[in-house]
Amino acid sequence: MTDAPRRTPLYARHIDAGARMAEFAGYDMPLVYSSIIAEHRAVRSSAGLFDVSHMGEVRLRGPQALELAQRLFTNDVAATPIGGVRYGLLCLEDGGVVDDVTLYRCGDEEVFFCVNAANIETDLAWMREVQQKTGLRCDIIDESEQTALIALQGPTALKLAEALGRGHMPVPRRWRFAESELAGLPVLLSRTGYTGEDGYEIYARAEHALRLWDALREVGGDALQPAGLGARDTLRTEMAYPLYGHELERGLNPVEAGLERFLAFGRGFIGEDALQRAHASGPAQRLVGLLPEGRQVARSGYPILAEDRIGTITSGTYGPSVERPIALGYLAARYAAVGTRLEVGVRGRKVPCEVTQTPFFSRKS
Amino acid sequence: MTAKTYHISDDCRYGRTDEWIRLDGTVARVGLSDYAQSELSDIVFVELPSVGTQVEAGEPFGVVESVKAVSDLFAPVSGEIVEVHENLEEHPEWVNEDPYGRGWIIGIAPEDLDAIDGLLTPEDYRAYIKERSEK
Repeated sequence: MTDAPRRTPLYARHIDAGARMAEFAGYDMPLVYSSIIAEHRAVRSSAGLFDVSHMGEVRLRGPQALELAQRLFTNDVAATPIGGVRYGLLCLEDGGVVDDVTLYRCGDEEVFFCVNAANIETDLAWMREVQQKTGLRCDIIDESEQTALIALQGPTALKLAEALGRGHMPVPRRWRFAESELAGLPVLLSRTGYTGEDGYEIYARAEHALRLWDALREVGGDALQPAGLGARDTLRTEMAYPLYGHELERGLNPVEAGLERFLAFGRGFIGEDALQRAHASGPAQRLVGLLPEGRQVARSGYPILAEDRIGTITSGTYGPSVERPIALGYLAARYAAVGTRLEVGVRGRKVPCEVTQTPFFSRKS
Repeated sequence: MTAKTYHISDDCRYGRTDEWIRLDGTVARVGLSDYAQSELSDIVFVELPSVGTQVEAGEPFGVVESVKAVSDLFAPVSGEIVEVHENLEEHPEWVNEDPYGRGWIIGIAPEDLDAIDGLLTPEDYRAYIKERSEK
């Protein structure tokens, strides 16, 4: 990407807060405000506030919007109630992943997808290609530019939002969303997240983003920590949530990634046949969680070793809540059993590691 | 842009790879500057050398890992490593919290004490940081 990185509507607030900025998916985003570990822990213990306005929003509206959505989306569109959200994949015919997305069902002729920032253009092209092939009638509308997205995550998130709702606030259940108002501004409150904590992802109009952010900061005070993409990454890694470009890509499929529970076989989504075959025969490689010994971090791209190289780390970090290094990686399926002892090549040295259950972090632990 | 200010300890000299060195008698302690720890943020592991190791100026003697990145530590001067700060194995965050104090990393007996005078003065180092952060 040679163009100057784009800015979200909240860019000025990140600069004012002294955030360290970094380019992510073509956007100049806050990586960390003060400390990734402190921001991570704030989300687990009280609440964190994330600008994730780089994410894309693509709406399908029209008589056959739901049918097109079901062709594109691996999870069950018809079983998603109006006001419901589902996680799933957009797959190619061969089962490779175009993107991982959430689907919002707004009505009988309308859904929208929240998509990864890096994939907005390719997703749109793919949706239009599928629409052309199927002739399904609906508009495909890219609302990414005019939409801000703020994630309010943590055990106190709901209370904070309620304080801004002024009495007329619906509280959607998990994996539900509702039109609402915060600080007098129209928002869509989605009871979802990418941290493993309760909370909301708040969609707002771009021109309202600054006012909404300021209102949230004011009501949250010191108990609400602005959190950057660094903490977002450590939080999602502790939950073993995949990140497109690391655990998911066109050359990998959801069966290998262990995402079969998001495949609604029988619904006729693109890639279904290939994925059913992969499911039946068992994949050659699998995504697993790994616990390296010691304190060194096994990072993305490091080799996973048995006698020979059997796989590759896709994400690795220090887990601030589990207080140890954690990693995700793909390896040959015969080594994927929990408890298998392996090694990771860390800068020319072999560090013992063990395949473990995921998520790494759970509330009960 | 809000410029960040970094503490630059007046009683140290600095290497261009952001290590500080402070001579006390015949042993010079070495650590990471406030600027370096701030750039790395969230240090979670410091790989220490063994006492008795000979190091050459500009050569790596250890590794520091933060949540986001891994980076080498370079010896500001040549000499023998005579002490390593083993507490950092349990408390790598000390490098962030107190970079010029309990975040010290190694002690070197320099081959040539005068070599330290050839390193960046606090003023030079301040200018060097400014130069880089304006890029």
